[in-house]
Amino acid sequence: MWRDHLTEIIVFSFLFLLVSVMGFVAARWRAPKDMAHLDEWGLGGRSFGGWITWFLVGGDLYTAYTFVAVPALMFGAGAAGFFAVPYTIVIYPLVFLVLVRLWSVSHRHGFVTPADFVRNRFDSPVLALLIAITGIVATMPYIALQLVGIEAVLKTMGVTGDNALARHLPIIIAFAILAAYTYQSGLRAPALIAFVKDSLIYIVILVAVIYLPYKLGGWGDIFAAADAKFDASPNPNDGILLNGNNQLQYVTLAFGSALALFLYPHSITGVLASRNRDVIKRNMSALPAYSLLLGLIALLGYMAIAAGVKPLPGAKEGTVDSNTVVPLLFDQQFPDWFAGVAYAAIGIGALVPAAIMSIAAANLFTRNIYKEYLKRDASPAQEANVSKITSLVVKVGAVACIVFLDPQFSIDLQLIGGVIILQTLPAVALGLYTRWFHRTGLIVGWAVGMGLGMWMLYQVASPTRKHFGGSAFPLSEFGFDTTKTIYVGIVAVAVNLAVAALVTLVLRAAKVEEGIDGTEPDDYFADEGDPRVTPGTERDADSAREPVA
Amino acid sequence: MAAPEPEAPTTTAPTRAKDHSPWNWLLFIPIVVPLVPVFFNGDSPRVFGFPRFYWLQLAFILLGVGTTTLVYQMTKKRGGH
Repeated sequence: MWRDHLTEIIVFSFLFLLVSVMGFVAARWRAPKDMAHLDEWGLGGRSFGGWITWFLVGGDLYTAYTFVAVPALMFGAGAAGFFAVPYTIVIYPLVFLVLVRLWSVSHRHGFVTPADFVRNRFDSPVLALLIAITGIVATMPYIALQLVGIEAVLKTMGVTGDNALARHLPIIIAFAILAAYTYQSGLRAPALIAFVKDSLIYIVILVAVIYLPYKLGGWGDIFAAADAKFDASPNPNDGILLNGNNQLQYVTLAFGSALALFLYPHSITGVLASRNRDVIKRNMSALPAYSLLLGLIALLGYMAIAAGVKPLPGAKEGTVDSNTVVPLLFDQQFPDWFAGVAYAAIGIGALVPAAIMSIAAANLFTRNIYKEYLKRDASPAQEANVSKITSLVVKVGAVACIVFLDPQFSIDLQLIGGVIILQTLPAVALGLYTRWFHRTGLIVGWAVGMGLGMWMLYQVASPTRKHFGGSAFPLSEFGFDTTKTIYVGIVAVAVNLAVAALVTLVLRAAKVEEGIDGTEPDDYFADEGDPRVTPGTERDADSAREPVA
Repeated sequence: MAAPEPEAPTTTAPTRAKDHSPWNWLLFIPIVVPLVPVFFNGDSPRVFGFPRFYWLQLAFILLGVGTTTLVYQMTKKRGGH
């Protein structure tokens, strides 16, 4: 009943309204001379310094869904859910050098999306289109999942309704506000809101990891409670440690997710918005602060076990919504006003990534579909406009996914999303280092990797479902005599690479045209203040042209 | 300690070696170590009630931060442009 949660609802609503106002005001923050340019709307003027980038990228990568789903996984399966920690450790040294190269080449050529880079590097609009579509398809369900994060909070506060529309009304309103200020302020809105979001999350988690163990009898008791729960469960693969079957899955999932994370368009958007190479490199050392946070958040799942939390019922009869365990834990253990703050942290935590993801998807559509295929001579102002409208469409689509489809569908799609975005690795990440691969080889490799990844995901069963039951593929399906499982994405991308290499060798032997590399070796080291940066010259040319036209 | 200098820049390829440094190899440590379950998949010793599985993996975060910071400091632009 929502009346029991009145204090929580008031605190939540107040903080939510506060950030909404900030979202609209953000348009004037570090205001550009001309907002009608995709560099301004979609990349915040490529001007963000160390702190803003830290909050923005941190707020972008560590989403509300992560904060809700990771402890839920720990609650349900134990140690396997802790993969989020090694995953977010290996990512930074892994991309330390790669991303600065991407930043430099994008800075010099005015690239807004990873597909822009691929088009130029491999001289192939088709490959760029595939990269763009992969990015959009992988991002959409991710946006929808942010809504699942908000919904878990609303459900715990008793804000539910009798029919689908009433139940979803708060989310529709929240997303309408989000859509409006993203439309107006572009990337500046989530950048500004991220300050509030992350501060709230840091406060809530610091309090939680000090106060809750004190209330629950200490860490030893918390781990003991978790151990007892997993011992009693019939599932052989849960427990507070890994077993022989799921270790390979654990490390391949951590590694594969790390490779995938910075291929997601929204991560790249956050990185390209930074001012120079040093900002990115310094952030690779500073962002792991969020990993520590995530590790502690993951342990909230065990605290929920120790506190005896029972998850709320799910959408279908007889199921439970394990995403509600963390909100329920807060509700049970914190005073009402502080639970309200914690809910606001999760709710606002959903808005920041949702805004950046919709901007990234909109940029992909604008640059690699609209400008490439629909209107070749689009001006920067037209590009910005198309992107703004597309960001609205993307958000409506995400809300529709949650309102009209089973939320499980979005969760499945996100699982698929991680696997398919990995298939852009050879073209985007390796492309930053080498042009050895033939463009057609990359296309064929992508297709094979996608097909294989889908098939493998389809084959994975779980106790409750026959298909799409997770990303842990049993190696016995390949004919190995073992009970070990492996992360689907790693296998798919390995095959993708092998096929791309093979086709490249064949095409090279057959002397098939390879196109012209639009970049130079020097481009990958360009830094702020580089005299040959193109976006500036482009913009000057435009402002000079406009009065005439 | 003297940071290893890449070969003196020539006029034909002024920035060619900007990203190249032996220090970069250190980055492999925080990529490989957190992905070896033998190191962390155990219960003892416990630290503040945390089984090794948990405290050691959280400690790997420091390994990552330390390494990227070291590499950044050792490879950043030496003596300006």
